[in-house]
Amino acid sequence: MPTLNHYLLLSAVLFAIGTAGVFVRRNLITILLSIEIMLNAVNLTFVAFGRAMGSADGQIIVFFVMTVAAAEAAIGLAIVIALFRHRESLNPDMFTQLKW
Amino acid sequence: MLLLIPLLPFVGFLLNASFGRRLSKAAAGAVACAAMAGSFAVSLAAVWSLLAKAPEARVVTQTFFSWIASGDFSVAFALLLDPLASVMILIITGIGTLIHIYSTAYMHEESDSEFARYFSYLNLFAAFMLVLVLGSNFLVMFVGWEGVGLCSYLLIGFWYQKKSAADAGKKAFIVNRIGDVGFVLGVLLIFVRFGTLDFQEIGRSLAPLAPEMAFGTISVITLLLFIGATGKSAQIPLFVWLPDAMEGPTPVSALIHAATMVTAGVYMIGRNALLFGHAPRTLAIVAIVGIATALMAGTIGLVQNDIKRVLAYSTVSQLGYMFLAMGVGAFGAGIFHLYTHAFFKALLFLGSGAVIHALGGEQDLRRMGGLKNDLPITYWTFLIGSLAIAGVPGLAGFFSKDEILFRTFAGGHVLLWTVGLLTSLLTAIYMFRVVFLAFHGPSYTHAAPEHPAPQHPAPGTHLHDAPPAMAIALIVLAIGSVFAGYAGLSGRFERFLEPSFTVVQDAGGLQAQPTPEPASDAGLETGLMAVSSVVAIAGIGIAMFFFLRKREAADRVARQFGGLHRVLEHKYYVDEIYDAALVQPIHIVSEEGLWKTVDVRVIDGAVNGVADAVRGGSETLRRLQTGSVRAYAASLFLGVVTVLGYYLWR
Repeated sequence: MPTLNHYLLLSAVLFAIGTAGVFVRRNLITILLSIEIMLNAVNLTFVAFGRAMGSADGQIIVFFVMTVAAAEAAIGLAIVIALFRHRESLNPDMFTQLKW
Repeated sequence: MLLLIPLLPFVGFLLNASFGRRLSKAAAGAVACAAMAGSFAVSLAAVWSLLAKAPEARVVTQTFFSWIASGDFSVAFALLLDPLASVMILIITGIGTLIHIYSTAYMHEESDSEFARYFSYLNLFAAFMLVLVLGSNFLVMFVGWEGVGLCSYLLIGFWYQKKSAADAGKKAFIVNRIGDVGFVLGVLLIFVRFGTLDFQEIGRSLAPLAPEMAFGTISVITLLLFIGATGKSAQIPLFVWLPDAMEGPTPVSALIHAATMVTAGVYMIGRNALLFGHAPRTLAIVAIVGIATALMAGTIGLVQNDIKRVLAYSTVSQLGYMFLAMGVGAFGAGIFHLYTHAFFKALLFLGSGAVIHALGGEQDLRRMGGLKNDLPITYWTFLIGSLAIAGVPGLAGFFSKDEILFRTFAGGHVLLWTVGLLTSLLTAIYMFRVVFLAFHGPSYTHAAPEHPAPQHPAPGTHLHDAPPAMAIALIVLAIGSVFAGYAGLSGRFERFLEPSFTVVQDAGGLQAQPTPEPASDAGLETGLMAVSSVVAIAGIGIAMFFFLRKREAADRVARQFGGLHRVLEHKYYVDEIYDAALVQPIHIVSEEGLWKTVDVRVIDGAVNGVADAVRGGSETLRRLQTGSVRAYAASLFLGVVTVLGYYLWR
C-alpha cells in the first residue's frame, strides 16, 4: 500500500527530471515538454496531499493548473513556431540577442 | 494726495513704456513733461497746505497699506511730508520738469522709439526719486533708493551700443551695490536695535537717549548708513562711478547726477539727523570724508579736459561740501546747499549740453573756444551758473556755501574750514577755466583747417544757439541760480527745516531737542563772508590770468609740476589702484580659483566623477545579462532553491 511519502518521492523525482530537462536539452520543444513534466509533478503533489487530508481542494487546484498549463502550452508553441520561422532553428542558445 | 506725486511720473513711465513705440516724438515728450508738470503742481499744492500749518505741526503722514507684517516686524507703505521732504519734492519735480522740457529738444535726433524709451526711463526715475524722499520708513526709502540706482544704470547706458557707455552703466551699478550692502546692513541693525524702521518712531525712541560718545551700536548703524550714502552720493571711496556716468545723455547728468539722485545720501543723513546726531564719532568721519572728497575732486577738476567731467568732479566736490555740513551738525545748511546746488549745477550741465549739442557732440574743452558770440544764451546762463557755484556774493551758491563754512568755523573746526576755503578757491578756478576755454579766446571752429575734426560743422558754418525748449530751461534755472539763495537770508530756510531734524511728539508738539545753536556772531559771519567772497573772486582772477590772458603760462605751470599734473590728470590713479587692488585680484581669484579650480575641478569633477563611476561599474555588471534565457532560468532556479533551503534548514 503506497503512502503519502511514496507519492511525494515520485513527485520530487519527476520535478527533478523536468528541471534537468529544461537546463540540459537544447530543443525548445523538449524544454516545453520538460516544463509540463514539472507542472505535473506539482499536480501529483496536490492530489496526494488532498487524498491524504481527505479534502477535494487539491484536486480543484489541479484543474486550475491544467487550464493554465494548456494556455501556456498554446502560447509557448506559438512563440516556438515564430522563432523557428525567424531563425530556422530551435536551439535556445541561438536566441541571445536580448542583452547589452 | 501725497501718493499722486510719485504716481503721476509713474503713469507717464507706463504710458511711454507701453505705447512709446507708436507715439510720435511730440506726443511722447508731451506725456512725460505733462506727468512731471502735474507732479510739480501737486507738490506745490501739498507744500502750500503744509505751510499753512504751524511750524511745529508740519508733518503729514499717509499710510496706504500694511506692506509687510511678520511677527514683530511690520512695515507700512506710508509716505511722509515734512519740511525736508517738501524741499526735496519741489527740487525734484520743479527742476525735473525743466530738464524734461530741455530733453525734448536735446534728444530730438533719436529715433521715435528711442525717444520714448528715454522719457519712460526719465519718468520712472522721477517716480522712484519721489518715493525715496517721501518714504516714511527705511524700507519705502530703500525701494526708491534702489529704483533710482536702476534708472541711473539704464540712463547712463542709454546709448548701449557704445561700449564705454555700457561699461559706465555697469560701473555705476556695481559701485552702488557696494554702498548698498552697507545701507542694508545699517537698516537691519536699526531694526535689531529699535524694533522699527519708521523714521519718526526711531526719532521718538532716540530722543531720551544721550549722544553716544563711545563707539557703540548707533555709531555702527550710522557708519553703515553712511557707506550707503558714499555710494549713492559719490564720496570717497566710492566716488569713481560718477565721472564715468557722464557717458549718459547730458540732461540725465543734470537731473540724476547733479541735482537729485546723488543728493540722496545727503538727504538720507538729513532725514536721520537725530540718529546721526547721536553718533558724534560718525559725524566726525562724515565731515572728514566730505571735505577730503571736496578737495580731491576739486583738484582733479582743475585739469580735466572733458567739459562734462569737469562738471562731474565739481558735483563730487560740492557733494563733499554737503557732507561737511552734515558732519559738523549743520543739517539745515547742508540741505540748503543741496537746494541751491540743484539749480546751478543743473544749469551748468544743461549749458554744457547746449554747447555739446551746438558742436555736434564735441566734449573736449581744447577743441572749443570763442563760443561767446555764437551761443549768447548759453554763454550768459552758463556764466551765471559759474558765478553762482564759485560763490560770488549775491548769487545762490554764495549764501549756501558761506553758511556751511560759517557753521564749520563756528563749530570750532578751523582746519576743516581752511580746507573748505581752499576748495572754494579751486571751485572758482576750475569753473572759470571752463568758461574761458569754452566761450572765450580764439575760436576753435574757425581755426579748424589746421586740425580737421570731421564731427564738427564745416568751418564758418553758423553754430545754432539753444533751441527754445532748451533756452527756457536754461533761463529759468539761471534765474533760480541768482535768486534761490535769498530763501536762506537770515537763516529762514534752516528754521523752516528745523522741525525735520527734531522729534515730533505724538500730540504734534516739538520735543525740545537741544541742537547746538551757533554763536550768532554777526561780526564773525560778516568777516567770514568777506573772506570767502575774496577767495571766490581771487579764484576767478587766477582763472582769468591763466586761461584768458596767458594760456602759455598755464602750460608752463603744468610742465613745471609735470608729476603733479600727471597725477591729477589721471585722477590720483584711483581707478588704477582700485583695478589693481580689487578688480584684478577678484578677476584672478574668480578665473583661476573659482572657475578653473572650484568649478571645473571640484564641482564638475564631482558630477563627472559620479557619472564615470556609474558607467564603469555598469560596464562590468552588464556582462551578467547574457541574453541566454536558460541562464536566466538557471539563476532563477538557484535563487529559489537558496531561499527555500535557507528557510528549511534554518
